[in-house]
Amino acid sequence: MATHLIEIKHLVKHFGPIEAVRGISFTVDRGEVLGFLGPNGAGKSTTMKMIAGFLTPTEGTAVISGHDVTQDPIAAKKCLGYLPEGAPAYPDMTTLGFLDFVAQIRGFHGDEKRRRIRAAIERVELDGVLYQPIETLSKGFKRRVGLAQALLHDPEVLILDEPTDGLDPNQKHQVRTLIASMAADKAIIISTHILEEVDAVCTRAMVIARGRVLADGTPGELEARSRYHNAVYLRAAAPLPTAIASALEALPGVAAVEPAGRAHDRGLFVIPVDGRDLLPAVRDLASRHGLVLDELRLERGRLDGVFRDITTAAA
Amino acid sequence: MGTIGVIFRRELVSYFTMPLAYVFIVIFLVLAGAMTFYMGGFFERGQADLQVFFNFHPFLYLFLIPALSMRLWAEERKTGTIELFLTLPITTPQAVLGKFLAAWVFTGIALALTFPFWLTVLILGHPDNGVILASYLGSFLMAGAFLAIGAAISAACKNQVIAFVLSATLCFVFVAAGSGIVLGPLQDWVPGSVVTATANLSFLQHFTAIERGVLDLRDLIYFGSVIVAFLFANTLIVELKKAD
Repeated sequence: MATHLIEIKHLVKHFGPIEAVRGISFTVDRGEVLGFLGPNGAGKSTTMKMIAGFLTPTEGTAVISGHDVTQDPIAAKKCLGYLPEGAPAYPDMTTLGFLDFVAQIRGFHGDEKRRRIRAAIERVELDGVLYQPIETLSKGFKRRVGLAQALLHDPEVLILDEPTDGLDPNQKHQVRTLIASMAADKAIIISTHILEEVDAVCTRAMVIARGRVLADGTPGELEARSRYHNAVYLRAAAPLPTAIASALEALPGVAAVEPAGRAHDRGLFVIPVDGRDLLPAVRDLASRHGLVLDELRLERGRLDGVFRDITTAAA
Repeated sequence: MGTIGVIFRRELVSYFTMPLAYVFIVIFLVLAGAMTFYMGGFFERGQADLQVFFNFHPFLYLFLIPALSMRLWAEERKTGTIELFLTLPITTPQAVLGKFLAAWVFTGIALALTFPFWLTVLILGHPDNGVILASYLGSFLMAGAFLAIGAAISAACKNQVIAFVLSATLCFVFVAAGSGIVLGPLQDWVPGSVVTATANLSFLQHFTAIERGVLDLRDLIYFGSVIVAFLFANTLIVELKKAD
């Protein structure tokens, strides 16, 4: 019995002279939602295609629920639901016809088949478009058809390549809620370049660039890498006197003071050394200088900054 | 129903949800009729047989079958559905066979719809129904060989037009293998045995043999092996090129 639902062992993929993936290893357990982050062309999709058994790895392998995708692809594919990038589906088929085809390929018949299709349709709310050809559907519905197809057999492992790409904010929220609701008894990998999505659904985030894993941790741990982690943001009612900035800089544990945001002359970031908590000290100083504050808060850190730092650092 | 059966059914049904099926069948029947009656002089011959009708089949298939086969894989690759299709729990040979059989049965349907020609000779005279049945069987087998060639080429192409042109060209080589246009350039520099072997690859030669009503096992094996060989190539090409 395998302990991990997904086990990736040193995956390497070359396309001719191009090294798309250069040795990625990790494991994902039940209950985890792993977010793949990375710039375009980082190797996210290539890695997912290898896990899903579409691409043959140049080296290494992936083990899905104990089944090696290179040795026993059929068994691995049975345990896996996959949403390819762009959610491709046969344009001339109706939603119901398409789901029926996938259900039959997955070996369901009769009542069992109908029950599964019905459950998938309800889960992603496809009711209104069952008899429409897929080519006439909006982007949001197409994506949901792709999701329904991946969920049909209630797999233990879900690989979703950009599941919310191109959806409007309401649809994004819906898909995230859906993923979160399934997370408890599955191992899920999603790829995205929307950083807020990582916060919203992922229990773990992995930054991939140039075919390598550059960071792997909880979203909180990634945020903690930000220089804005635990920075104090303060916004005063009136323009700040210049003396305030130098007074703040003189506080113990302050690394830097930066002007912030649109309220340039009224807002400041006080950046701590080693993520130390400066809030009481800053509040103290403000009241000593008689500042009227509109806002005073602790920053959690900025994933986009961390993402940029990690992915643009020297290769 | 097995996996191949499920794929087969989806493919076959999809022909009839698109205009393709109807256009193909209508054009096939119209051209078969026009060639038989005008070019073949069906009535003027005064014979109750379908020989002129079947004589034109290789040339009809030459451009109609590639039009049918060009989309088999190229379209899946273009729209990206191949990634969905091949990550379902199926093997590549199952996918190749399911698609091929659906296309072959579809051409079989088009071929069966030519039955009024048979009715015509049946009403006008006393045809040798054995010869006609053998010819239909030969024509169906030859269509399968054309399709297998077209399917393999479609798997190598993302662009359907290129798939069409290449398939039609390769099919032409197979049809004309016994004639000067193919043998001429070979004769001067390859051994005679190779020339003979090439000539024996001719679709025309084997089809003409069947058309005479002689169901020789060798002709059946010939078309069968062309189909098997190209389906095997098709499987390899899909494995190699699916992600490009």
